[in-house]
Amino acid sequence: MPSAILRGLGRLAIAAAISFCLGSTPVRAEEIQVTIDNFTFAPAEVKVKVGDTVTWTNHDDIPHTVVSAGKFRSKTLDTDNAFSFTFTTAGDYKYFCSLHPHMTGMIKVE
Amino acid sequence: MSDHDHHDDNPGVSRRRVLECMTWAGTGVLWTISGGVPRSLGLVGSAQAAEPTGLTFLQISDSHVGFDKPANPNALGTLEEAIAKVKMMPAKPSFMIHTGDISHLSKAAEFDDAERIISQAKLDVHYVPGEHDFLDEEVKFYKERYGKGTKGAGYYSFDANGVHFIGLVNVVDLKAGGLGNLGAEQLEWLEADLKGRSKSTPIVVFAHIPLWTVYPTWGWGTEDGARALDTLKGFGSVTVLNGHIHQVMQKVEGNVTFHTARSTAFPQPAPGAAPSPGPMKVADDKLRSMLGVASINFKPGQQSLAIIDTPLQG
Repeated sequence: MPSAILRGLGRLAIAAAISFCLGSTPVRAEEIQVTIDNFTFAPAEVKVKVGDTVTWTNHDDIPHTVVSAGKFRSKTLDTDNAFSFTFTTAGDYKYFCSLHPHMTGMIKVE
Repeated sequence: MSDHDHHDDNPGVSRRRVLECMTWAGTGVLWTISGGVPRSLGLVGSAQAAEPTGLTFLQISDSHVGFDKPANPNALGTLEEAIAKVKMMPAKPSFMIHTGDISHLSKAAEFDDAERIISQAKLDVHYVPGEHDFLDEEVKFYKERYGKGTKGAGYYSFDANGVHFIGLVNVVDLKAGGLGNLGAEQLEWLEADLKGRSKSTPIVVFAHIPLWTVYPTWGWGTEDGARALDTLKGFGSVTVLNGHIHQVMQKVEGNVTFHTARSTAFPQPAPGAAPSPGPMKVADDKLRSMLGVASINFKPGQQSLAIIDTPLQG
């Protein structure tokens, strides 16, 4: 096969790979669960990819919230209520419970 | 830390008598202000029998109306029991303070139910909000119902029988990783409120979350509480009444007495005694010994407030 054609195929492959990596079609968006038990977010730190959705579920007998200043804010979550947020931008998202601010967590979006 | 009961062996401490006769019971705290320092005397009934003179007011806290989990499936019912105890008191208190978490989820129906029961005591009630009272979408129910004539999120002061009462709000604008919060604006107001006031005026400060650091791991304290206490330096008698931790705790530091009241809804564990500060499930026949009210008595001319916490039962 002439080398020019090989190079052309190589470029195509690279282009395909790039388009896959950029996630122009979010083929692998994942659902990640964070639970609230005993006034604690678990796991406290989660690494996700752009396009992934994190769902927090409160298992305590006391209401909690999930708040990341300027980024997202749940309603008050009573027992067994859940809140979901889909991350569309990379970055570190620190969050806390606005009722019990000693409860903190982190979502790292790559 | 000194023992507030031993005020006679030191003339400098005698001003602490203002709060001499508070009643310990479980329904609420009965506070007697009779010289400076609050004291727990026993049950509401016995304190009343002893010395009903001076100013007596009640503290109830953390009614959590709407709470229906295993720790107490009927929080409205136990509030009703607490108010029934108040109605039966032989001497009618002057008024009542409620140190927050009136409702569990800030629903209109919860506030309505609380009002229906608490109003049966036929006493003026001075409220401060807990974090559970600001959970409605528009954060307006508390303000509409209890916030008339208050500043900011609901702080204010008033006078009764020569005692200056200050209701503070430390449950809004909480910062990640932090504790309760008063904020700069409220602290400025507090300073102005106290300015020019005679240092011999007995002061009672009440707020939901403890103003002193009880247990930071569980968020039991107020970030800028020490700044509020700084503005109270020099006053001969300062009594700080809080709720939030659903158990009785008392500490005396100089001329400041700190006291937390029981909840009328459910108990919470002692600091560090459980994995979290969540509602504590106890045996059904023990529950009412861990809920209650407080009664506080103040006698003019003396410098200590007496606090009596009375359980609903036992």
